[in-house]
Amino acid sequence: MGSDVFEISVNFVKMVAIFLLMVNLVPMLVWVERRGSAFIQNRFGPNRVGPLGLIQLAADAIKFLFKEEFIPPKGNKALFLIAPIIALIPGAIAFGSIPLSVPIEISAFEMFGSQWGPYVFPFQSFEIGIGIVFVLGVSSLGAYSMLLAGFGSANKYSLYGALRASAQMISYELAMGLAIVGILIVYGTFDFAEMIAAQQGPLSIPLFEADHVVNKILGILPNWGVFYQPVGFILLFVSVFAETNRLPFDLPEAESELVAGYHTEYGGIKMNMFYIGEYGHMMVASALIAVFYFGGYSLGTTLDTILVEGTIVPNMSALFASLLNLFGSGWEQSTNLINVVRAFVFHGIFMAKILLFLWIFVWVRWTLPRFRYDQLMDLGWKTMLPWALANTIITAFLMLFLR
Amino acid sequence: MTSLTPIIVLTVFVAIFGVGIVVVSALLGPKRNWTKAKKIPYESGLPGQERKETKIPVKFYLTAILFIVFDIEVVFMYPWALTYTEFIDAGLGGYIFGAMAVFVGLFIFGLIWEIKSKALEWD
Repeated sequence: MGSDVFEISVNFVKMVAIFLLMVNLVPMLVWVERRGSAFIQNRFGPNRVGPLGLIQLAADAIKFLFKEEFIPPKGNKALFLIAPIIALIPGAIAFGSIPLSVPIEISAFEMFGSQWGPYVFPFQSFEIGIGIVFVLGVSSLGAYSMLLAGFGSANKYSLYGALRASAQMISYELAMGLAIVGILIVYGTFDFAEMIAAQQGPLSIPLFEADHVVNKILGILPNWGVFYQPVGFILLFVSVFAETNRLPFDLPEAESELVAGYHTEYGGIKMNMFYIGEYGHMMVASALIAVFYFGGYSLGTTLDTILVEGTIVPNMSALFASLLNLFGSGWEQSTNLINVVRAFVFHGIFMAKILLFLWIFVWVRWTLPRFRYDQLMDLGWKTMLPWALANTIITAFLMLFLR
Repeated sequence: MTSLTPIIVLTVFVAIFGVGIVVVSALLGPKRNWTKAKKIPYESGLPGQERKETKIPVKFYLTAILFIVFDIEVVFMYPWALTYTEFIDAGLGGYIFGAMAVFVGLFIFGLIWEIKSKALEWD
């Protein structure tokens, strides 16, 4: 985790901060979901507790903590208690491996009478070279928490919900895995940071020369993966809805058939932990879509140079330098401060993209009705899988000629 | 091993966080007497019919078996996709494309056979 005390402690704080970012986004998303559904259905939604109903989240969290604990007497107590804890882990680990911004470069400095640095801190919990494979492997562990919850509850509805959840997750994992193969062919790397780096520059078609009129017009657009893999984007986007058990694919918790699915017997904070897991999965999925198809933390090279590097970063660094000068002088010349500010500005851009996709998750949930189970399985196996295969082969075929 | 250390630390941290929440909620919550009706599983108010060994439709096992077969085929495509552009740059594009075309052909054959044999029909 690092070579000296400073590096280890910064890495640990970063890890905890990214996990808490994920956990604290969940109540915000629940608020967005409730207010958003109210907006879509022409209602008010929670608007009494605090401004715009924002304190409702804190009230809910406290209420959940003070609920009576219920463990079904006929069920398996150990499985029942361990399932919500396992639900937290896959989302947190997968989210930690995605780079949320540019790495922070810290040049050597002096503190407490000794020399420190130079350091490079990547803006993620841990760096792992096999990014995609790791995220796919870890996030599919989420099926275990649902299965354990279903088996531990000693309730038919829970069991059927768990079975449906696992069957649907594994079915859509095929289409998802194949949609990602197209991305791998285009970028030729497993690493998220290298993928984002490959999406820099203006869009251009290799068939024409660089200064051809077609490439000049296309050059306005950023070089994002969605222009190379439109079908793959749609396939991945649809399959993450099934992976996260969201409407229109929320058969595992279909309340008209199964009461509440695998968490029928859960209540209070333990049920909330399943929600944290589900929203964590949604955040991972949104971050993956942003990295694969929408340039990650970059707004496109033109906007990055003019707007971010040219305007926002210098002005914000000057502002922070004037604040920090109250405690000590010389912050204007500090490149470390500029690097930190730049990393957080790009982090803001990335979070904006993630929140946009999370809003689409909410929007779809309150717009489309639920599928029937056989329709869901047919869509996964007989429609999405052949389309994903065709997408892979056509991408490979085009790469033969376009490279 | 060094690259695994942060993952283990994060997993342990999240697990402690989860256990902590469950324990705190168990300590804070009220303790009330359990009536007989409260002990039965939630089943729309009727007396429970559940057994220890609940029967599961065989379709779910079949889906899991088919998933294993196809998922392993998809996993084989990952290293191929990763090195695809390198092969093209080395002038072996036709070879690597043909090799995968045969593999995908078998994949499609398996999928068609599976659909024809009604392994994916839900009733």
